[in-house]
Amino acid sequence: MTGYILRRVLQAIPVFFGTTFLIYFMVFALPGDPILALFGDKTPNPAVLEQLRAQYNLDKPFIVQYLLYIGGIFRGDFGVSFSGQPVSEILARTFPVTLRLALIALVIEMVVGIAVGLVSGLRKGKLFDSSALVVSLIFISLPIFVIAFVFQYVFAIQLGWARPTVGSGAPWSDLILPGIVLATISFAQIQRLTRSSVIESSGLDFVRTAASKGLSRRRIVPVHILRNSLIPVVTFLAVDFGTLMVGATVTEGIFNVPGVGNTLYQAIIRGEGPTVVSFVTVMVLIYLVVNLVVDLFYAVLDPRIRYVK
Amino acid sequence: MTDTNTTTASAAESGAERPILEIKDLQVGFQTQNGMVTAVDGVNLTLYRGQSLAIVGESGSGKSTTAHAIINLLPGTGRITRGQILLDGKDLTKVSKREMESIRGRQVGFVPQDPMSNLNPVWSVGFQVEEAIRANGVAKGKQAVRERAIQVLKQAGLQDAERRLKQYPHQFSGGMRQRVLIGIGLSADPQLLIADEPTSALDVTVQRVILDHLETLTRDLGTTLVFITHDLGLAAERAEQLVVMYKGRIVESGPSVEILQNPQHPYTKRLVAAAPSLASRRIEASASLDQAETDLTGDVAGDSLDLVATLEARHDTDSVAAAKESAIIVEDLTKVYKIRGSGDFTAVDKVSFQIPRGTTMALVGESGSGKSTVAKMLLKLEEPTSGEITIDGKRLNGLSSKDAFALRSRMQPVFQDPYGSLNPLMNIGNLIAEPMKVHKFGDRDSRRARVHELLDQVSLPTSLVTRYPNELSGGQRQRIAIARALALKPDIVVLDEAVSALDVLVQAQILRLLADLQAELDLTYLFITHDLAVVRVIADNVAVMQKGRIVETATTDEVFGNPTQQYTRDLLAAIPGANIPLGL
Repeated sequence: MTGYILRRVLQAIPVFFGTTFLIYFMVFALPGDPILALFGDKTPNPAVLEQLRAQYNLDKPFIVQYLLYIGGIFRGDFGVSFSGQPVSEILARTFPVTLRLALIALVIEMVVGIAVGLVSGLRKGKLFDSSALVVSLIFISLPIFVIAFVFQYVFAIQLGWARPTVGSGAPWSDLILPGIVLATISFAQIQRLTRSSVIESSGLDFVRTAASKGLSRRRIVPVHILRNSLIPVVTFLAVDFGTLMVGATVTEGIFNVPGVGNTLYQAIIRGEGPTVVSFVTVMVLIYLVVNLVVDLFYAVLDPRIRYVK
Repeated sequence: MTDTNTTTASAAESGAERPILEIKDLQVGFQTQNGMVTAVDGVNLTLYRGQSLAIVGESGSGKSTTAHAIINLLPGTGRITRGQILLDGKDLTKVSKREMESIRGRQVGFVPQDPMSNLNPVWSVGFQVEEAIRANGVAKGKQAVRERAIQVLKQAGLQDAERRLKQYPHQFSGGMRQRVLIGIGLSADPQLLIADEPTSALDVTVQRVILDHLETLTRDLGTTLVFITHDLGLAAERAEQLVVMYKGRIVESGPSVEILQNPQHPYTKRLVAAAPSLASRRIEASASLDQAETDLTGDVAGDSLDLVATLEARHDTDSVAAAKESAIIVEDLTKVYKIRGSGDFTAVDKVSFQIPRGTTMALVGESGSGKSTVAKMLLKLEEPTSGEITIDGKRLNGLSSKDAFALRSRMQPVFQDPYGSLNPLMNIGNLIAEPMKVHKFGDRDSRRARVHELLDQVSLPTSLVTRYPNELSGGQRQRIAIARALALKPDIVVLDEAVSALDVLVQAQILRLLADLQAELDLTYLFITHDLAVVRVIADNVAVMQKGRIVETATTDEVFGNPTQQYTRDLLAAIPGANIPLGL
């Protein structure tokens, strides 16, 4: 087990360098001069320009810029944003907000998605199943920003159940509505996946054997059907974590959540290399950790994997 | 274990006692797109306490459906459409779901068919046994349940049960899993145990041990046993009463020995004639009878499915085959697999044999004995670690890839699973023509002509050319696989468990076909099987493999008449039905 974790952590190293390099390069390759753009319509003093370029290492060749940046990361220095704030501070401020949002979304999509999927799977072809299919299709086909605007208008503005935008500090209560919106992206997939997985498991021989042992339906469903059906769903959740991050960017924009997505979007627009790369790197690292945790959890769900050395 | 055959407990002996199980006019249907399809129709049977009953039939005959109907666990859209199932006088077709749950396990135990798929892979074995014990209220409290689980597993023949409770099904062999399932089935001391082909997925010797155990256990516990099988020999050996099912109906029923010795219904007659286990026994019998110059086998010999006739037909050609040179010579063939962590595993260990042209060599052994690995090396699908294979005077080692390609056209395989070995996306014509295309054999028209010729040879209508594998039965598919193997006019055919997955009657047809083709085309067969009974019918020579080594090589008659190795004797003794007196 330890060996497995160690191997996975080692695998993360090339991924780390690869992603940072690629992203740094892409930001570097963006057209336009980010420093010039800072001044808008004004014509800046060439000396000031020169000094700013030197401050952000933009006067050096690409590879030197990249190495200076990576060197900084290992010293705990993520660079400074154009607004003068250290990137590490921005990270510390925005990440907890987005993690809270993602957590709310994750819990909602899992609980609702798996529950609805289970019931649909057990009652294949019945009214509940068909209704769930219709709802799922609606969520799958609508882009997230449409859902976000509709929910914002209906639940926050018309019904007044929640605040239309998130206040400072982004308290949990304010994040519930954007969390629900974020959950709708993957809810449909989880529901469909759970459903088909439950239908498949229900027909397996050991389920019939469980019934022949005299077990009640109430016990067979969670113990022999649901547990086995969750294996593919858990795998999906890991892969789907990226979708959650993308969705968070859009949702945060609409609900004005002071989170990662919002900040990252602004940084990309402004071509702030260090900020963009730092944010994406942290996201990539989280993605890797989530996948590792899910793989470990996968082994908990399926003992056959545990013993493969 | 044979004493049950002589104690013919009939219904009359039991007197006025109420039967434990009585099925009256049972009809089971499955809802399909084309309406209701009847799978079981008008089944009647009566079983008294302590008796054992076997339901025999081929796949699709409704025998498993009948069993599942008893505990109301019909798959999919299956429903009981008519009739009564009386368990100790109570009609099971009318009880509530709740009540049925309490009957399952507690009153009616069930041992399913395939030990590989009937244990949940994500729960430990102990958990799954304890669950059954708890659900049926046999024991209460963590400790008591655990103790009972250990007791149940030990009873089922799992010696180190304490240690194995925490293990998962994938850490158990098939035989061990089947013991666990038998343990589960008997965990609540049910009055009735339904065993649905409990050993058909296992090796013969394991099958024998498991069935012996099941028999002792049910006798000691006084459990009534309903036993479902496709093997008539097995059924007759293990049960007092026999019910033969065909197309959803019971065609014959009565005491096992009577049915076997004097089958009335034509279908039963064909089953008796085709069962390899019984045939090999009859061959011995007819051989000794021949010496006394009396021929009593005439009543069944006319049937084209009779395996004895097949054998006799083969014997006529034998004398010609004897003088020929070796088509295949295998010398000191060894295959070692490197396994990470636990060193090397020698799958095949210094195996040597020769197969004279035009004859059949059977390679016999249990699963894991290395017989399939030998076949793979022969077909050059696997490289030997050491040793020499010579085919038609050409050594396989160091053969150029061009020569190896040419060799493949002369040596063709037929594999076990006719469902897995035909590409479902290709039609029959293309499937058979594919090897000819690969080896650039003839042009389009001559290939088409050859496909028709081949279909004719394997006794299939040429109209099948445009059909797809999923439209064919298992037996038809295996015929297609054989036709494909013959497409390039090979000299050698490697048959890896080629008839093991087939129903007895189909098996008999295929064996017959193989024998005819051999006589016609002078083919050399390497016939790999775990089933000694089949060997008797098809093979000239037998090599018995155990743990990677050949422990005995001899002619078929010698092996059956005078086995020198204990292992061979065990295998022979494990052929079901070997001890049944037949009416010959």
